[in-house]
Parts: sequence; structure tokens; C-alpha cells
Amino acid sequence: MDPTDTRNPDYYHRVVDCQWACPAHTDVPEYIRLIAQGKFTEAYLVNRESNVFPGILGRVCDRPCEPACRRGRVEEKPVAICRLKRVAADHRDDVTALLPRAPQEKNGKRVACIGAGPASLTVANDLMPLGYDVTIFEKWDTPGGLMRTNIPSFRLPAGVLAQEIGYIIDMGVDLRLGTPVESLKALLNSKQFDAIFVGSGAPKGKDLDLPGRHASETVREHIHIGIDWLESVAFEHIKSIGRRVLIIGVGNTAMDCCRSSLRLGATDVKVMARKPRNFFKASDWELEDAEDENVEIVINHAPKSFVVEDGKLVGMIFDRMEYELDGNRIVSERIAGETLFPCDDVILAIGQENAFPWIENDLGIEFDKWHVPKVDKVTFQSTRENVFFGGDAAFGPKNIIWAVEHGHQAAISLHRYLQGNDVAERLPALLNLSSRKMGLHEWSYRNDYNAAERRLMPHVSLKERFKKINIEVELGFDAEQTAAEVQRCLNCDVQTVFDAKLCIECDACIDICPVDCLTMTGNRPEDELRLHLKAPARNKTQPLFVSTPLKQTARVMVKDEDLCVHCGLCAERCPTAAWDMQKSTIRIPHAIDEGPCSVPQTRKTA
Amino acid sequence: MSFITKPKVTHPGLPKNELGLTRRDYEGGMSTLCAGCGHDSVTAAVIEAVWGLSLRPEQLAKLSGIGCSSKTTAYFVSGGHGFNSVHGRMPSIATGAAAANRDLYYIGVSGDGDTLSIGFGQFAHAIRRNVNMLYLIENNGVYGLTKGQFSASADIGSKAKRGEENRQPPVDPVLTALTLGATFVARSFSGDKEQLVPLIKAGLKHQGFALIDVLSPCVTFNDHEGSTKSYGFVRDHYDEVVHADFVPPAQEITTNYAEGEVTPVTLHDGSRVLLRKLDASYDPTHRGKAMNYLREKLRQGEHVTGLIYIDERSPEFHAVNNTAGSPLNTMSYEKLTPGRKGMEKIMSRYR
Repeated sequence: MDPTDTRNPDYYHRVVDCQWACPAHTDVPEYIRLIAQGKFTEAYLVNRESNVFPGILGRVCDRPCEPACRRGRVEEKPVAICRLKRVAADHRDDVTALLPRAPQEKNGKRVACIGAGPASLTVANDLMPLGYDVTIFEKWDTPGGLMRTNIPSFRLPAGVLAQEIGYIIDMGVDLRLGTPVESLKALLNSKQFDAIFVGSGAPKGKDLDLPGRHASETVREHIHIGIDWLESVAFEHIKSIGRRVLIIGVGNTAMDCCRSSLRLGATDVKVMARKPRNFFKASDWELEDAEDENVEIVINHAPKSFVVEDGKLVGMIFDRMEYELDGNRIVSERIAGETLFPCDDVILAIGQENAFPWIENDLGIEFDKWHVPKVDKVTFQSTRENVFFGGDAAFGPKNIIWAVEHGHQAAISLHRYLQGNDVAERLPALLNLSSRKMGLHEWSYRNDYNAAERRLMPHVSLKERFKKINIEVELGFDAEQTAAEVQRCLNCDVQTVFDAKLCIECDACIDICPVDCLTMTGNRPEDELRLHLKAPARNKTQPLFVSTPLKQTARVMVKDEDLCVHCGLCAERCPTAAWDMQKSTIRIPHAIDEGPCSVPQTRKTA
Repeated sequence: MSFITKPKVTHPGLPKNELGLTRRDYEGGMSTLCAGCGHDSVTAAVIEAVWGLSLRPEQLAKLSGIGCSSKTTAYFVSGGHGFNSVHGRMPSIATGAAAANRDLYYIGVSGDGDTLSIGFGQFAHAIRRNVNMLYLIENNGVYGLTKGQFSASADIGSKAKRGEENRQPPVDPVLTALTLGATFVARSFSGDKEQLVPLIKAGLKHQGFALIDVLSPCVTFNDHEGSTKSYGFVRDHYDEVVHADFVPPAQEITTNYAEGEVTPVTLHDGSRVLLRKLDASYDPTHRGKAMNYLREKLRQGEHVTGLIYIDERSPEFHAVNNTAGSPLNTMSYEKLTPGRKGMEKIMSRYR
């Protein structure tokens, strides 16, 4: 294998699994250390720099960081990263004075954002401090997009949303509520804006056109499209539901639908899944929370028809499915029979799409055959140079943290475009390393492995939580839980940095490594090298570090990054400091790093 | 040394031995030796070997004297028995312990000072008696605990850290052991576990006294330019004559060797040591030739390593002294004490 090129910022970035997995590359270990020091405000600000909505995401993020967390490989359960984010948000001081501000003098360029969801809000957050005039058009009377309409208030309180959205709007964003954009052509023709960002989400819930779907007006009233229904619940247009409810689909929307139903009068709620459990789209923790509330999840039932008697919906018929599985793959399926499930209401939560009836065909914005706009994956630019897309509007439904990252990237593109630069020539990510060595055996981070198990989120009792729809179920970690959980973080950003020139091949690091991740051996191709490690390489997706040839024997030092707990014992035991523990700081460029704007110009269009 | 104990967390894929234990189950306390000390690598090799032999921790007795080396028995197999004796007196403790209980595996860890200076006489007599034990010398050529004076194993011309040169000839423990009739004599290097681990296994299984002189550099006082026991010098002057592979009793020899390339030696319990000669003219079963070879290489400043001499036929301590066949602690009180009548009978012999 060639020696590892650690000058490539991606190498050490990848070692920080959580940060690498986070679409917005939140500096997780850094903010967890700040929480450990009681610096909640600083921890909040580290979060906000990349993910913009720590309070919101600390509750409802899809948490791609947690399955990636190294602790989950070393033990079973990852660090409760998301819960700790909420701790920082819950205990921060007033941060308003510390937030970025828009300059007095504007730069003369105007940007319109369509939809006040997380993508557009992030664009505004990044562009306002650069002096842009940002206008957000929102069809509802309240900002937040899907975060407001589709996430029930028992998971995400309205106050938390309002505060974090307020931080952005208060920079002077022109937020136009109750103002749907009905024609992009008209907006473009108005010449009021130099560029447009479309962050209108994926607002169209999929329907299920089975026999009986449109049998009567009454039937139609009792069959709901999941995201529309959640929206009506959020705006209190719907305040009750039948006693027996069937939810079709088993994604996160389905979980929100079933739990909302329980709070609106339903007592018998079943989530109907077509496939077995390992095919579910919902996050594990959302499934757990729903099942804790006695929602029944019925597997292997495919919806067949709605049963209507006397013009009323009385149930649904399902095909009982049988699958032949090969691991996680369905080899064949067959229908074993039919079952009737009686019900009063049905909620369809089988997916959503983006829909752009308000974008005219002759604007130079191309769509593919699925009516999805053609958007550049890096620049988020559409085929019309002054129109950019982001969030669910760009590539279909994802989640909030992806929308935030799209917003950051689109903001870079908007800034470059409006300053007359090529949108494709973007700044690279940078990485800085600095030693944590304080003394002979002292490091400026807590290197002792803490065997504590993951803390569990305390919940409001089942008796209390259904009394009102907006009682937040999760209480947040208390001080003791926080103190224990922060110590579970392995400080993966404190990197083991090896200098082959200094190594005397004494074996000390290899002998002391608790997880046997180091080996000195003759160099070979990667596949062979993985067979010659001190402990078997279980996870081939994790890279091997390979040094340059060592001085005395020309062997190489190999480190399997998979299970390193960053305890620093290799560096403590190294007599020549060939190993050092160095903190990596990854600098992910945002719009503000792309440089200031040119001299304010007089408005071309007004 | 390090300031935090090695965390209990382990690699989930660690292999298990016949007892279902991993290497980690054979560890000991936190080492307080200097970072990079060769002795810590010897400790790791002992752990690897004892784990590999699937010994129960309580089957092991660890004995030592005084010195950096003698601290190391605390760093492996916490579940074993231990005795930390007076300086240089480990061999007599081992002899007594072996006489009282022949069922344990005895591993004595000593240093060049503990063995070749203050304990030289004890060392000689343990060899002479062919005590059934593994005797490890962690040999670094200096007195590390007293800040780096030359020890009895320092080579002529080797330089101390401050620059002065050693002019007295060394005591070579391997040559000494051969002279005294040792039945298993090996030399190895802390930085070469591929060689050291099978030697420790074979030494533990050898019936009689097994000596492994392990070159184990002192990073603090003897790892500089001019030292003949530094990591660099040992690697540059490394002459492995016979590589020994250890094959447990029930296991088949899977590696293919060319005709005449290896000589198997069967140990008393059926395990085999496969001797692979790296110098064709060398004979590890001929004491005289071995000594000549060593003397020649010593003159050339080479460190001869590997299984230098093996003799499985000479009777060991228990056979010669007709010791009790089972450990004293398993015998009944009546059998162990002669009683008044028995005592009188014994005494009458001397009247």
C-alpha cells in the first residue's frame, strides 16, 4: 500500500466519524467537550455555525452521526450526540449578542427565497451578514416549513422553533408570510431580485388509489394524506380523529401520524407495514417512541382495498404477504391470504414528492422525466443560472440537516454568482492539527476511556403526555446524565499522528493499544495487509493508516482506524514522540469564507 | 510508563484460546517502566505465549528478584501466583517452590544484574540442578534503576550514555549456561516477537531449566549511538541461527517445509519444537559446536539469537532428586507430618 497522505484533509476528517457523517459537518467532539466544561453557550455556537438550528435539531434531527459514531462499534450504543446538542441549546445563555449581524450598508444585491423552511432560512443566515437583501416568500402564516407543519409540537415545541428562526429573521430578512409564489415567471419578470433560491420542499403527499378510495364524500373525509393531515393538525384545523386509526406506511411521517392520532382521541392505532421490520424507513428511536405509546406495528400486510358500508369507511382489506429473504434482500414474495382491519380513519404516509406547478416551462429550468428539476449536486444551480434549488425541492425528501447543508452550499453559489465569480470554483475544506501534549504524560483532553453506558432520555409519563397535544414528551438530559454522557465521547478529533522518522520500533505502542489497532509488518497490498493485522480488520469501510518505511527494519506502521478509542496510550508509551495526539480542526468553508463583497453598487433594478 | 491504566475496552474480534480467554485476560497491572522499555515488550510476549498455550492463570508461578526486570512479573497474568524475592535469590525460591509443587509452570524473570552479578551463584546452581522452570533474563547491559552504570553483560567497547567506554569483558549468560550443562538455551530480542513468543512457549513446555536471554534495550540509559544493546545496534548485528516454531501436541504441522529444512524435537508432553536452521552448518543439539559458534560470533560483535541449544534427554530436577509426585498442598496431613513415632525413628538414625 502507498503511505497514507495525511495532508489530504479528508483523511483525518474521516476519522471523526460523526462529523464526516453529518451533512453539515458539525464539529461534534468539540461541542461535547465544551458541554463537559459547562460551556453551553459556546457549545451552542459551535453547533450553530454548521447546523444553524441546534435547539430544533437537538430534538428532531435524523442523526446520521449516531449510526456512524465509533463508540457504536467499540461498544453497542453510540454517544447520544443529538441529546447532547439539546443540552447545549437548553442551557445556553442569551446568545443574541454573539450572533452574526447584517452590515448597515447593503451590497445592493437582492435574493429571493421561496419557502421559509430550513434550506431558505440557512441561505438567509449565510447571506445576510454579507450585506445581501434577502426576501423569503412563505405560503403559510408562519415560518419554518416542514419543521412547523409536519413535526408535531409534542416533539418540537413552537417556542424553540420561533426562537431559532427569529435569530435569522432578526438580521433584517424581509419575511413575507401568507405570500405563496404562484408564478416564478412573474417573480423573475418583476426584476426585483438578482437571484432566486427555491427551498419550497416536497409538499405533495402520495395518495393510494385503491378500490373504495373515492366511494363517497364521507369516505374521502376519513382518508387522509399524512403530511397534509399533520399540517392541518399543526394549524389546529383538525382537532379530532376516529377511535380506530390505520396508518399506511412506516416512515418517520407515519410515526408522527400515529402518535398525533393518539393525542386527538384515537385509542386503537395500527401502523400497517408491507414488509418485515428490517425494511422500515422510520428511525429506530422513532419506532421505539411510538411503540412505547402502545402503537401496534403490523408487518407483512399490503393494502388492497378500502371497505365501505352504507357510504361509510369501515375498514381496509390487506394482503398477507410472505417473503423469502436472503439477508436483507427479498428473493421472492407471495400473497398468503387477506385480512380485514376495521377502522374509522386511514392516514396515508407512503411518501412525498416535490411539485412545482408554479414553475413555467419556458424559463430555461429543465426537469427530468420524473418532474424533478435538474440541479447541480455541488453548486445547487439549476439550468437557469440565477435560479438555485435546495432542501427537499432539489433532490426529493431528505431531512432537516440535509436541507441546512444544501442551504450553506447554495449560499456559497449565490454569493459567488452575484459577485461575478464562477460558482464551481469553491474553496476546499482545510484541516489544522495542533498537539495536545501538555507534559510528559499530560494531554489537554480527557484521554481515559470511560466505560459508562449510554444514558436514556427521560420521558413525560404515559399518563400525562396525552392530556394536550403540545406536551413535549422528551424532558432532556439532567445534569448527571449529561455529565456521564459527555465522557462517552472518544474525542476522535484528537488524532493519533505518526512520524515514521522518529520511530525506533520498540513495540511499546503495539503492546499498550487496548483495541489492538496497531501493527508493524512488511508492506503489502491493502487486502493482504488487512489479513496481517494484530486484530482482525472487521470493518473494511474504515481506512488503514500506513506509514512510510521505518528506519531500522523497513517495515511499515499500520493503524486500523476502525476501533481506535483515542486514549493516547500509544503516544504516552512512545519514547521518541513518534506518536503524538493532535487535535484536528476541520474548516468547512461557508459563504462568509468566500471573501467579502465588492463595493456596494447602486441597484440595477428597483 | 503511562499515567492511565490500559482501558478494559477490547477489540470485539479478539481471538480466544481453548479456555475461551483472550490475550487481555492474561494482562497484569499498569507498567511503571519507562515508555519504550524493552521489558514491556517481553511482558507482552509472555502474555501472548501463556495465552497461546491456554494455561489457566493459576497454573503459573511468577518469580523475580530486584531490578527493572524484576518488576515485570507484576505486569502479566494477574491471576497467577507471584513471589518477589531478595536481589539475586529468585532461583532458590524457584527451586523450593518447584520441589513443593511440580504441577505449576514456573517463570522466573531476572535482569543482567540480578542474574550475572549478585545472583550469579544462584543462577549457576539452578542450571546445575536442571530446575523445571523458564528463566528469562531481560538483558540491557546497564543498571537502569541506578541510572545507567555498566552491568556485567556490557560488551567491550560499548559506550555509556555519557560517553565512557566499557573495557571489561562481559559475562555471556548463554555461554555460561552452556558450560554449566543447561538443557534449553536461547537468545532473543524484545523487538522480535515472532521469534520470542514461540521460544517462551517451548521454554515453558521444556522439561528442565530453560534459559532465554532476551536483549531488551534500556531506552533511557542504553539506546544511544555507541551502545551495543540499543534497538538499532541489535537489529544491525542480529544473527538468527535457528528459528524455533512451537506446535502444540494435538495440532498437525501445517506449514510446508522443504526436505531437511526443519528438525522436529518432541517435548515430553507431545508438543513439538520445529527447528529451522538459518545457518546450515549450525547444530543446535551439539553443545561443543554451539559454544564454538557463539565464541566466534561474540568476537565479531554479533548477537546470536534463536534456539541455540536443546537437549530433551537429560534428567531434570524432579527425576534426579526423586521429589514428591504430587504437590505437597494436595497431600493429607498424615502423609506430610511423620508424627511422634516417625520423628523418633528419623532422629534415631542420627544418634
